[in-house]
Amino acid sequence: MNDADAASGFLTIGLSHYLTVSAILFTLGIFGIFLNRKNLIVIMMSIELMLLAVNINFVAFSSFLHDLVGQVFTMLVLTVAAAEAAIGLAIVVVFYRTRRSIEVEDINQMKG
Amino acid sequence: MTALPAFGPALPEIFMAISALVLLLVGVFRNDEDSTLITCLTVAVMVAAGVMVYRGTGNAVTFNHLFVVNGFTVFAKILTLMGAAITLFLINDWARGAKVGRFELPLIVLFATIGMMLMISANDLIALYVGLELQSLSLYVLAAYQRDNIRATEAGVKYFVLGALASGLLLYGSSLVYGYGGTTSFEGLATAIKSGPNTIGAMIGVIFVIAGLAFKVSAVPFHMWTPDVYEGAPTPITAFFSVAPKIAGLCLFLRVLVGPFAPMIEQWQQVIILISILSMIWGSIAAIAQTNVKRLMAYSSIGHVGYALIGLVVGNEEGARGLLFYMLIYMFMNAGTFAVILSMRRKGRYVEEISDLAGLSKTNPGMALALAALMFSMAGIPPLAGFLGKFYIFMAAVNAGFVYLAVAGLLASVVGAYYYLRLIKLMYFDEPAEAFDPPGLTAGIIMAGSSVLMLVLFVIPAPLVNGAEAAARALFLG
Repeated sequence: MNDADAASGFLTIGLSHYLTVSAILFTLGIFGIFLNRKNLIVIMMSIELMLLAVNINFVAFSSFLHDLVGQVFTMLVLTVAAAEAAIGLAIVVVFYRTRRSIEVEDINQMKG
Repeated sequence: MTALPAFGPALPEIFMAISALVLLLVGVFRNDEDSTLITCLTVAVMVAAGVMVYRGTGNAVTFNHLFVVNGFTVFAKILTLMGAAITLFLINDWARGAKVGRFELPLIVLFATIGMMLMISANDLIALYVGLELQSLSLYVLAAYQRDNIRATEAGVKYFVLGALASGLLLYGSSLVYGYGGTTSFEGLATAIKSGPNTIGAMIGVIFVIAGLAFKVSAVPFHMWTPDVYEGAPTPITAFFSVAPKIAGLCLFLRVLVGPFAPMIEQWQQVIILISILSMIWGSIAAIAQTNVKRLMAYSSIGHVGYALIGLVVGNEEGARGLLFYMLIYMFMNAGTFAVILSMRRKGRYVEEISDLAGLSKTNPGMALALAALMFSMAGIPPLAGFLGKFYIFMAAVNAGFVYLAVAGLLASVVGAYYYLRLIKLMYFDEPAEAFDPPGLTAGIIMAGSSVLMLVLFVIPAPLVNGAEAAARALFLG
């Protein structure tokens, strides 16, 4: 926070703000997976939310540390997340074909 | 213009990746329903890669410190390749019988194996993540491979959702570790953590990474996917799940914790102790109530991971040796047991209830004898190799002052012995159920070979123990 900002009373957005946002998003993602009783697409969205929260973390740290590795990591996470979504949706499709539903409560063939 | 990195140390992985692409083309152009040819070629690729790993370049670090080769990675990779190759034969046997053979099947296994080898050699959080995902994505597909089967697809869904959650936890942990350590390279992290104060942020990051990895090796309390996936997925694919990814996962666990996070040993040790004790106890107790053989094996593998984690807790050379030797024996025990489960067939239909094994000693004495030997070995009863595996682990714990861990392990294995021995009682003392179809040649060879090996390894364990010891020494030399 530099003096000009402090004097003008504006809030400077620092590392901790980014970390807080990303922690909130990440927690939302986890809750989305465990508390969601609706359908599988919502779970897929929650997974994406978790990965994006991680990306915010990496980019924030990368800019804070003046180190590019974090951003390289982010690009890789994005790529892998795309592959993961493709495979996840494919699995959801085959599940729908056999079960005729993607409701979470219909995933009940095996106890556990 | 920077110089090209040295490709030599990564030659086996590069060779496997290129072969996988070539074999994909071969499969597309042949376009037949039988996967036998591609399976044989895939096994040949794995054997060739194993030879390359064994004769490799010695200690080396390449690709900007992303990739490392040393005695430890060589041992772990050969173990993984062996596990994958053995189960590939089982997979092909099953696929031909069930008429679901397609050339993609062995190739997905090959891709998963490449992922495992990459993560064993990872020397950076980025390489770790990419290797782990290559493995996991292939495994999700394998779980749902039998796509018209409702239980297999459900197993795929469960594995995918919980696996993706685990990857998320691991990544979140990596991001915190990167932020507080300032680097993603393992060597850099080791020095950063050693010199800097143990900040709370990095510690939370390490805990998240541990949670993610514990998910992948199915240790309690992150085990909930295991029984369902093991039950739902096709049996030989379950065999693959229980062998190769477990070995690779535990070796990665070991490398990460005694490498970059070694300065934090006091913090992570407590977590691993808890995970290890819970896994051993829950793996033994929950298995008692099971009626499905594959669910039983799932809990059994959770228990075995608990024992192996004791070696990780100890965190020294002796512990690492115990862990590697345990995984080696575990691999043969599990491959053999799954060969037996795969032979539980009546009139071409697979059965998987424990009660189906009743009186097996009268209807098929050879199979009963093999399963009995494997079960005694899993329970850790001498004169079988399973006893030695537990012995080295418990000795390492006692020598390092973790007597209570060894005691907990002993108690858990006494409880565990109950359900292993129950199978033997069923086979030898109960009224025979209807006979099984005669086992296939491959399954027969694997079950006979692994049960004989249990005896042989007990008598002459020295070469393998020495191998594991050399690997453990290499791990701690860096």
